[in-house]
Amino acid sequence: MNIVVCIKQVPDAKNVRLDPKTNTLSREGVESIMNPFDRHALEEGVSLKEKVGGKVTVLSMGPPQAEDVLREAIACGADEGVLVSDRAFAGADTWATSYTLAKAVEAVGGADLILCGKQAIDGDTAQVGPGLAFQLNRPYVTCVQKIRDVSENAIQVERMMDDGYDVVQLPLPALLTVVKDINEPRVPSLKGKMKAKKAEIKVLSAADIGAEAECIGLTGSPTQVAKVFSPEPHGERRVFSGSPEEQIEQLVKEIRGYL
Amino acid sequence: MDYFLTEEQQMIKDTARELSEEKIIPKRAELDEKNEFAADILKDIAKADLFSIFVPEEYGGLGGGCLESVLALEELARGCVGVATSFAANGLGILPVLIGGSKEMKEKYLPSLAEGSRWAAFGLTEAGAGSDAAGVKTTAVLDGDEWVLNGTKQWITNGGEAQIYTILALTNPEKGVRGASLFVVEDGDPGFSYGKKEDKMGIRASATRELIMKDCRIPKDRLIGRKGTGFITVMKTLDVSRPGIASLGVGLGQAALDEAAVYAKQRVQFDKPIISFQAVQHMLADMAIQVEAARSLVYGTAKHIDTHPKDMSKGSAMCKVFATDMAMKVTTDAVQVMGGYGYMKEYPVEKMMRDAKILQIYEGTNQIQRNVIGQELNKEYA
Ligand SMILES: Cc1cc2nc3c(=O)[nH]c(=O)nc-3n(C[C@H](O)[C@H](O)[C@H](O)COP(=O)(O)OP(=O)(O)OC[C@H]3O[C@@H](n4cnc5c(N)ncnc54)[C@H](O)[C@@H]3O)c2cc1C
Ligand SMILES: Cc1cc2nc3c(=O)[nH]c(=O)nc-3n(C[C@H](O)[C@H](O)[C@H](O)COP(=O)(O)OP(=O)(O)OC[C@H]3O[C@@H](n4cnc5c(N)ncnc54)[C@H](O)[C@@H]3O)c2cc1C
Repeated sequence: MNIVVCIKQVPDAKNVRLDPKTNTLSREGVESIMNPFDRHALEEGVSLKEKVGGKVTVLSMGPPQAEDVLREAIACGADEGVLVSDRAFAGADTWATSYTLAKAVEAVGGADLILCGKQAIDGDTAQVGPGLAFQLNRPYVTCVQKIRDVSENAIQVERMMDDGYDVVQLPLPALLTVVKDINEPRVPSLKGKMKAKKAEIKVLSAADIGAEAECIGLTGSPTQVAKVFSPEPHGERRVFSGSPEEQIEQLVKEIRGYL
Repeated sequence: MDYFLTEEQQMIKDTARELSEEKIIPKRAELDEKNEFAADILKDIAKADLFSIFVPEEYGGLGGGCLESVLALEELARGCVGVATSFAANGLGILPVLIGGSKEMKEKYLPSLAEGSRWAAFGLTEAGAGSDAAGVKTTAVLDGDEWVLNGTKQWITNGGEAQIYTILALTNPEKGVRGASLFVVEDGDPGFSYGKKEDKMGIRASATRELIMKDCRIPKDRLIGRKGTGFITVMKTLDVSRPGIASLGVGLGQAALDEAAVYAKQRVQFDKPIISFQAVQHMLADMAIQVEAARSLVYGTAKHIDTHPKDMSKGSAMCKVFATDMAMKVTTDAVQVMGGYGYMKEYPVEKMMRDAKILQIYEGTNQIQRNVIGQELNKEYA
């Protein structure tokens, strides 16, 4: 089975501070890590490969230093790392990111199964997985907490819900985004680390993946961040007093006013 | 302090550290409370390739030596000495095969042990044979193509959990220790079973159990090396393994120091963090001095052993005594620095102090180690 795991390099949330003047993340001097959800996607890909055989390719769009997370992924059992990196990708929103990753998946020969994290801890949109599935015209399930069964042309999974889970069967090729409950990621092994040190990370440019210039980076992004800020808390706060009965009476009266 | 480790040695240390932080520390209190063998964590350790460290490359291992082993053990013990003991006892169980086994025997056992898909244990101690290992009563008699073993081993780490056991038995009782031989007994061998499970003060994440051999029949080729060499192989095994126990002391001492220092900075009494009191500072300073001194001695001894010297008993005994006495003292002092909170199970130093005690007892008590050192000195100054 050909498995592609999409991995994003993100700033380590433990050390991120908000610049109080500009209200943007101050990333300076902050260590980059593998997006925590993606560690679980990777573990699922690697353990699936160990079970049914095949190959795990890890894919990331990002600056040259994103190579680090791909090496880390190889130390954790991935076979190959592919970095899609080009100045032209800068400023990509989730739409342009999904398009770019889709082109990259095609460029590396496609996949039977694509695994993504549920969301990235910096962007937090949870849109890239579904976006990528859309671009590739593949079925997908988000928030997968368990892979129940895999056969040559179908996969059965559990989708986490607020009050339990759904069991979903979908044909392959397909895409899944995973939640942390799905597994406990392994620690990179010694042999894996040695392999990762020597591994060659394939770097693909916009031209290499045949991406259209108007679909990538800032140009290809229909959304743009106008302002990043912490919202001022607003809305009125009322404190009722008196006996519980009196408080309830006041509350009911208050609510009636809105009806 | 920089010990000029090679890139590979640093990688081993880092990997063991990651295992401690991600897999061991979050679970250690629960394993301790439930007296539960940490099988899942050993599987995680196997996945990270640490079981392969001391197996030669030709048998699927990484071909590391004593130093590589102590680096891994130190970091695992920083997380939990119970888990680290299970891992160490596996190494102890393999060593007789490495030291005395034939090529065929090594080919049979080492690859799966390097993978960590099978675990080993070392069966020497009996009810009547503790410090006096020569007092073993277990016997092995050749009957056709099979050895027949009879006897009971006591307090065997990984008992009931391992698949491969190295067992010392008398093949010629009249000859005493010269009549002792080592065997490999496998889980499931006819006549081999497990007895009493111990309920211990500390290292409760490790399994300690009786091994019972009742007309236990094993193939002839399970004899390790030649007949009558068992006791010598056991002594050589312990010479190489004792720095491992010493490194458990170093890791444990470091962990206790870390806890105490962090606490001392946060705890405020008389309007000041207690670390500002000189009495507390001096305690922490003494703890740090002892941990680092032990680490230096253990690494130094391990490097010495890796040159395959003829005589290593004295050095091996010295680092075992020093580092484990240190661990007992430093964990006790860590509880002291943390006062009543240190005595509570909510804080990890309570467990650390209980765990420390065993290090002064197993793999030869610290009194026995001093005997060894004393005898060597007596020879040296003859
Ligand atoms: C300077 C800057 C400007 C930005 N401007 C905009 C903007 O104008 N509009 C907008 O909508 N967003 C913007 N973003 C957000 C950016 O587009 C998203 O971070 C990115 O598209 C990924 O989305 P996400 O972080 O929400 O990931 P999610 O959708 O939450 O990630 C889900 C999963 O998708 C995969 N994935 C996500 N990104 C990658 C990647 N790069 N490589 C491989 N796999 C990946 C991972 O498996 C991940 O777990 C901006 C970000 C930056 C840093
Ligand atoms: C948790 C645990 C795990 C163990 N795991 C293993 C294992 O995996 N495999 C294995 O084979 N064994 C194992 N053992 C056994 C361990 O090695 C012995 O307990 C140890 O060697 C001491 O023997 P003893 O307990 O019988 O003490 P004793 O020999 O009865 O000693 C009692 C006291 O007398 C002192 N003493 C005895 N003789 C002398 C002397 N000549 N000079 C000075 N003082 C002396 C000792 O130092 C000690 O203080 C384990 C023990 C424990 C508790």
